[in-house]
Amino acid sequence: MATFFGEVVVAPSRAGVDDEEEARDETPEDREIRRELEKKREIDVLWTWKSAESAADEQLVCSKLIVAIGHNAAAFLSSFILDSVCWEVVGVVKLWNEWCRTTSTTNILLTDSFCLFYRLIADPTVLLCQCSCYVAEDQQFQWLEKVFGCMRREGLQVTILSTCPVADYKTQESTLTLPSPFLKALKTKEFKEHVCCPLLEQPNIVRDLPAA
Amino acid sequence: MFVPCERGGGSASSDFKGFTLLMPAVSVGNVGQLAIDLVISTFNMTKVGYFYTDCLVPMVGNNPYATAEENSTELSINAEVYSLPSKKLVVLQIRSPFIKNKYRPFCQTLLSWVESSKCARVVLLSSSHAYQRNDEQLLGTPLRYLLTPDLEKAVGGLMQELNWKEMEKVAAYPGINDTEKVLHIPGGGITKLLFTESCSKGIQMAVLLKFCSEGDNIPDAFALVNYLNEWLQLIKCEVNTSSQWKIPSSWRLLFGSGLPPALF
Repeated sequence: MATFFGEVVVAPSRAGVDDEEEARDETPEDREIRRELEKKREIDVLWTWKSAESAADEQLVCSKLIVAIGHNAAAFLSSFILDSVCWEVVGVVKLWNEWCRTTSTTNILLTDSFCLFYRLIADPTVLLCQCSCYVAEDQQFQWLEKVFGCMRREGLQVTILSTCPVADYKTQESTLTLPSPFLKALKTKEFKEHVCCPLLEQPNIVRDLPAA
Repeated sequence: MFVPCERGGGSASSDFKGFTLLMPAVSVGNVGQLAIDLVISTFNMTKVGYFYTDCLVPMVGNNPYATAEENSTELSINAEVYSLPSKKLVVLQIRSPFIKNKYRPFCQTLLSWVESSKCARVVLLSSSHAYQRNDEQLLGTPLRYLLTPDLEKAVGGLMQELNWKEMEKVAAYPGINDTEKVLHIPGGGITKLLFTESCSKGIQMAVLLKFCSEGDNIPDAFALVNYLNEWLQLIKCEVNTSSQWKIPSSWRLLFGSGLPPALF
């Protein structure tokens, strides 16, 4: 397209369409590079509750899973819920992408990128996940499959906590005058309990890992 | 990849034998997707399932076609299938872009599903960058069509009667060699790939596309859906066909929230 100054530039399409991709045919070298990159971007979920004797496909019985995604939600859990007396670490997700690499220690600082699973000692079927690292688009599905693949899903109730900038919220009035922060929820039709806040109105949506 | 909804109908709701599959390409201006929104919204189509796929960016929201409080709380995700048995129509809506390097696997899985569900034909709504038109394309209608050889035999004549324009092929090496012509759909996303794959697999596919640019693409969506209607006759063609399409409630605030009064 021509800009105001008359120069012609390739405008990025809102539809996320990338013309270059379709023209290129993959050489064996390209394929190898892509495979190596894919391997580097693979997610590893390491559970500490799995002993050497337990079967590889042994599943964790889980009745409630609370997942906190992003720094704010993770900090919320650290400040109000987690403590070393009632909760124990049972798992960690190791991943790498251009934005972050998860730390391998369990003695984490809230400024680190990490993804840890905790279990309530009093009721081991209650799990908590603190995920402050950014899980890239191509890793979100993998995260999902690897984490939920280890859990028995009958009777499982999942609660996802996350935050979004107020500026992203679409509303008739300006977001400047909105009293913030505020809560909104999305729920599946199977969720029958009372929701503590209003439901997210159209046309607002949720993306990335919380959506996945 | 296709996961049917649990409904009383059971497998009946996922029986698409002989149906026309209508679907968008994620393309410039999202015109195909907007046009599909109009079709689903106007006919109040029933959701019959979704695609469980790792090829599209995840997203979720409440029912984009909500008309009242009661039906506004059904969750909606990035790839869903709707059906209208009375018109033998099944519609796929795609709501997010492809994840890098995943568009090829998606196309392969999609076409396998088309074959296994025995859809009679596929109609792909798409768009292409208006600024890449050549001199001839700048004049006349901005709408084009393409038919795979198998569908050409069935409806090629009808396209002639409707006076539709087939998408022109362009020189493979412009300026150097003008004899070798290829199909080029800039900004069309997976359109070209789906079309060429359908040609080689003998799938009956039609592509309907509009030349457009990014911006307010609602008029483009109306133009494309009216173009589709000239052929499929989903609604009666009247003087003002556009007014018969129902805009979904999710089209509110397409360009962001309201402005702060203090700005003025």
